[in-house]
Amino acid sequence: MLKSKTFVKKTRSGGIMKIVREHYLRDDIYCGSAACSVCPQKDQVLQRDTNLESTLCARPHYLMPDTNVVMHQVDILEDLVISNVIILQTVLQEVRHRSAPIYKRIKDIIHNTEKHFYTFTNEHHRETYIEQEKGENANDRNDRAIRVAAKWYTEHLKNAADKDLRVILLTNDRKNKEKAEESGLLAYTCEEYVKSLVANPELVDRLASIPDNENVIESGRIIFQEHFQLSRLQQGIKSGTYLQGTFRASRDNYLEATVWVHGDNAENQEILIQGLKNLNRAVHEDIVAIELFPKDKWMAPSSVVLEDEGTAEDNIQFSLTFQLKMEIQESMLKNWRQYCGMLSKSQIKEAKKHLFTPADRRIPRIRIETRQASTLEGQRIIIAIDGWPKNSRYPNGHFVRSLGNVGNKETETEVLLLEHDVPHQPFSQAVLSFLPKMPWSITEQDMKNRIDLRHLFICSVDPPGCTDIDDALHCRDLENGNVQVGVHIADVSHFIRPGNALDQESAKRGTTVYLCEKRIDMVPELLSSNLCSLRCNVER
Amino acid sequence: MAGIELLSDQGYRVDGRKPNELRKIQARMGVFSQADGSAYIEQGNTKALAVVYGPHEIRGSRSKSQHDRAIINCQYSMATFSTGERKRRPHGDRKSSEMTLHLKQTFEAAILTQLYPRSQIDIYVQILQADGGNYSACVNAATLAVVDAGIPLRDYVCACSAGFVEDTPLVDLSHLEESAGGTQLSLAVLPKAEHLALIEMDSRLHQDHLESMMDAATQACKDLYAVLDRVVRDHLQEVTTSIGE
Repeated sequence: MLKSKTFVKKTRSGGIMKIVREHYLRDDIYCGSAACSVCPQKDQVLQRDTNLESTLCARPHYLMPDTNVVMHQVDILEDLVISNVIILQTVLQEVRHRSAPIYKRIKDIIHNTEKHFYTFTNEHHRETYIEQEKGENANDRNDRAIRVAAKWYTEHLKNAADKDLRVILLTNDRKNKEKAEESGLLAYTCEEYVKSLVANPELVDRLASIPDNENVIESGRIIFQEHFQLSRLQQGIKSGTYLQGTFRASRDNYLEATVWVHGDNAENQEILIQGLKNLNRAVHEDIVAIELFPKDKWMAPSSVVLEDEGTAEDNIQFSLTFQLKMEIQESMLKNWRQYCGMLSKSQIKEAKKHLFTPADRRIPRIRIETRQASTLEGQRIIIAIDGWPKNSRYPNGHFVRSLGNVGNKETETEVLLLEHDVPHQPFSQAVLSFLPKMPWSITEQDMKNRIDLRHLFICSVDPPGCTDIDDALHCRDLENGNVQVGVHIADVSHFIRPGNALDQESAKRGTTVYLCEKRIDMVPELLSSNLCSLRCNVER
Repeated sequence: MAGIELLSDQGYRVDGRKPNELRKIQARMGVFSQADGSAYIEQGNTKALAVVYGPHEIRGSRSKSQHDRAIINCQYSMATFSTGERKRRPHGDRKSSEMTLHLKQTFEAAILTQLYPRSQIDIYVQILQADGGNYSACVNAATLAVVDAGIPLRDYVCACSAGFVEDTPLVDLSHLEESAGGTQLSLAVLPKAEHLALIEMDSRLHQDHLESMMDAATQACKDLYAVLDRVVRDHLQEVTTSIGE
């Protein structure tokens, strides 16, 4: 049977698009119960004899949790005691949409055959498909779909099974529970049910406590405090309420950081910040303005090494054990550069947003959107941060380029050089234009202005095969019995005049970097290995 | 957030079909009385209309005429209201020209052109609603129209699109499945002898998977052939009874 789903969607450019999709209803979706004699199914996942003994329902029964129960009580579902559970397609799709880690966990449970979890495709089943009624919002429609499916299952098992099997709907929503009971279903809250399992009291500990006003994990929830305006901060700094300093993230603990305050009287204070909320989206090496807490709330740094596993998205319950010490009011200057690292693909296939783990442990993980996740998975890539919205657990960024496969020598070298900010590009034409023209020799003018020491024995201590010999020594006895020791260095300033492009580039590089099989020169090779190198048997 | 899940763990696609199932097909022949042959087909929500004129004298340039066969002139166009966003150029853009060429090649292979030297057969196809599988719907509609026009064919030409998700070939892709990225194969076959008239593929595919994808598509074309054949016979039945009266 064919139904069609029509809805309107807003496009990125702001227009409205009407979307019409087909929705086929089937009558070959089976109940999955081993006790059912009607359905001609091959794999009967739900067992005939369930071993859950509950005081609420004496008969053997299957459980059917609704979306919120799955989202919040996944620990209970993971427990070995709970088995023979029906997960509806409606519930599974909602979980997928709302939380990737929980979706992964529930999929793992379903794949575990010993738990006997069955996925029932109720949206495509002819008898359990319902359409959204007028005045009904999406949530109510899903709740109704769950109730209809539970009803169908109860009826089906009554007629088909030779045993007396029941279906219990687990829901924490009061309205849903009432409506279910009205239509003759067995419905209990998760807490009631778990407490009724007298044979397994330890399950009660694994119950997550949710307050009555639904703590729904929506992506719109604001996690961090708003950053203040720059003018307000500058006023505060002048009056002394706020302090300005450089933010330095802790390498060992992603929830801790220190701020080095710029002091006038050369007194640099180091202030500790703990807790994600207080860190307030500051990234390593930002200039921040901070507000101190009163002295009774000061803490010592934590001795626990914490790594950000990224398991709880949008969930900030880990700041509970720490006393709040500081708040970052604003990142005054964002010092975001491009970061190297690797992509950790999202657990949901076909997802476009993935988390990127930088090589530098002080930088938080970054969320990027890319379609080429599978190609990028085993490669080192470069990401730039775009911003950190106040309702997001991670900053947003974008892909810049890929460096190559992990483990590849060139790629790893490139990562090292980029992370340590070593300039290693070839010298530009502008720089090379300031090199002296070859062949070069000592001119008459030079002879006049310099002392000739070519008659001395001068030797260098660099290893054999070295091309950039920058200094050499000589030692000789003098007539009066003293020993003269001389250190000879190349006169680089003869070749590199102050202020030109060559001078600036060398200043920027600062030093020659020696790697295992590569050498990154500070000064172009013509000078460093030839004209400024004190080689033997040539005039320098 | 995550993209759409094209194939659930239970083996169902977004619209509830299994990977090897086709969409609902409805077709009618003889919709336009002024043309020599016409047909209208609906494959799911993709609706295509084909009209055939010919064989007739070559219009326009005489230089195009072949001395031993008929030439086939195709035109593919999409109605402006056929896609989600209004299409500004119905024909003449790159995609349409490519489709036109493909249709021409397909039908040159299927129609017995040697029977009509120095003449021309026109095939015009228009998409009224595009929901994936545009090329396939066009080919199927054109086949029916050619049959309706009474032009001799080697065999029916049946076309179907196929995709590949997680080691499973999906058949008859809808627009949602096509735009999810991933490989897309369009296949036109002459079903009885399984002769391939045209294969077209987008994106990249590992060569080990090509065989299974082509097999799935060929099987789908054969299923389609059964449907089209049924349509032709029913139409013939109708026509003969009305003539008889």
